[in-house]
Amino acid sequence: MKTYIAQRLGIAVLTLFGMSVVIFVLLRLAPGDIVDVLFSAAGYVNPDEKQAILQELGLDKPYWQQYLDWMRQIMVGDLGKSYRYDLPAWQIIKPLVPVTIELAVLATIVSVVLGVPTGVISAVRQDSALDYVLRVFSLAGLSMPSFWLGMVIILSLVSWLAWIPPLTYVGPRENLWLHTVQFMLPALAVGYRSSALIMRITRSAMLEVLREDYIRTAWAKGQHGRAVVWRHALKNAVLPVVTVIGIEFAFLIGGLVVTETVFNLPGVARFLVEAILWRDYPVVQNLVMFIAIVVIVSNLVVDLLYGVLDPRVRYAS
Amino acid sequence: MAVRPVGAEIELAVPSRPVGHASTLTTAVRFVRKKPLGAAGGVLMLIMLLTGLLADVLQTHDPIATDASATLVRSSDAHWLGTDHLGRDIFSRIVHGARVSLIVGIGSTLLGSVLGGIVGLLSGYAGGKTDLIAQRLLDILQGLPLLVLALVMSASLGPSIPNVIIAISIPIVPRAARIIRASVLSIREMQYIEAARALGLRHLRIAFRHVLPNTVGPFIVLCTAQLGAAILVEAALSFLGLGVPEPYPSWGRMLSVSAAEYAQKAPHLVLYPGIAISLAVFGSNLFGDALRDTLDPRLRGA
Repeated sequence: MKTYIAQRLGIAVLTLFGMSVVIFVLLRLAPGDIVDVLFSAAGYVNPDEKQAILQELGLDKPYWQQYLDWMRQIMVGDLGKSYRYDLPAWQIIKPLVPVTIELAVLATIVSVVLGVPTGVISAVRQDSALDYVLRVFSLAGLSMPSFWLGMVIILSLVSWLAWIPPLTYVGPRENLWLHTVQFMLPALAVGYRSSALIMRITRSAMLEVLREDYIRTAWAKGQHGRAVVWRHALKNAVLPVVTVIGIEFAFLIGGLVVTETVFNLPGVARFLVEAILWRDYPVVQNLVMFIAIVVIVSNLVVDLLYGVLDPRVRYAS
Repeated sequence: MAVRPVGAEIELAVPSRPVGHASTLTTAVRFVRKKPLGAAGGVLMLIMLLTGLLADVLQTHDPIATDASATLVRSSDAHWLGTDHLGRDIFSRIVHGARVSLIVGIGSTLLGSVLGGIVGLLSGYAGGKTDLIAQRLLDILQGLPLLVLALVMSASLGPSIPNVIIAISIPIVPRAARIIRASVLSIREMQYIEAARALGLRHLRIAFRHVLPNTVGPFIVLCTAQLGAAILVEAALSFLGLGVPEPYPSWGRMLSVSAAEYAQKAPHLVLYPGIAISLAVFGSNLFGDALRDTLDPRLRGA
């Protein structure tokens, strides 16, 4: 088990290193830099002035030097300076992180609460009308863009309840109720989409488990039907679901990029889009690295958790 | 990744259904009877395909012509689905948007799947160190959410249709490579491959002539499954202003800022393009699911 953990950690570090190279190269390929964006509003570019800004930002150095500078900064925990705001990047990112984490956690809860029971019911009633309805319902969630679903939710609140959700961010201490509503709406939009994946995995895992001998034994000894399904079967079917929740996290963050924009929430994902448009390299680089770290760590945790939860995996490794 | 759920890539190995036994018609009839949902999805995809192909015939107005005298009009005889804030006819824009979505969706899915397929074929066939290195490189590409990678790529490439296709296809590569590799791993051990090797055929020839044709089943399943995702990513990119540029009508951009601004006065601006996206993706998801069940018998009933 120890070598296994060491191996997985090593791979994770290598992956992150590769990721940093990919991100760095991609951003340097981009046409135009921050100076162009800053000057495009002015319409006139003074070459001396441009050179001075490039030098100040370290953009005149060769690429490998820029990359090494970035790595050195990351090692000491310095996330660099935002070109656009002329502030340390960390100062800008820090208040955004809790918003995104809160949203991601809420969306995950929604997706589990929605996905696991529907998956179980759908498996137990395989090929019944209910099964078809639930499958179409979950597939519909997978098919609707979550940002559009968000827009439709806002629109129906406005036109049917004549209630306009808060347009700007409301802190939890300001007004807890408004804050909860404000976060629940996007969490529903994103969570519904993610629930579709969880529902499918739960359904297929349940179908497999329900055919096992020990389930037949449970039935044979006269065990109450609901207990067989929810206690005996689900306990074993839930393993692959745990893995999916981990993978889901990556998926969720992707969904949040657009949803935070729609709901005007000051999260990491919305800020990433703005930073990309501004070519604010330090912010983009660090935000994307941050997302990569979250994804890789959650994959790692799930892999290790899986070993703990499933004795078969533990003995195989 | 050491452990994957039951429903992940591994399951799409070899299609063990013999090809070419029943006539196409019989197969189609059986498909409709056994998979009504899949058939419905197929019909939706067909409608989208025809709409995209016949956009110039179906349009009632010029999709990019503005009309200051008829802005934000609700559905009427002149404008079936109304007009947007610039007086452009929404029906005609949706019809042309189908074409853009199809070009970007099919283009990026094919490009990503072919590239990923080649990587998966070579890495699975070669095995050993090549395989290990290829897998680690794919891990890197898969470490970012699809949309985030596509976002960074399309921002750095600049907005144009070919660039959007490239940006969406790259995140598909590792996913495609994994699936094809899994099926190559099992084909590689088959006896006819051993026979080919005994005959002294060169490796590349075996890989492309004897292994590759047998991955067609998973490949088709992969493409239909990714098509829906590609259309969604295109919509999201265009929504954020990093996708298909003006003047091409794109469903995602029809939903962007301008639509949100006028949404209260004219909800049809938000409704119709979203419904178009959802139906297109729903169709390809339904069809893809049914196709996977049919082509991969081990999953039947699951």
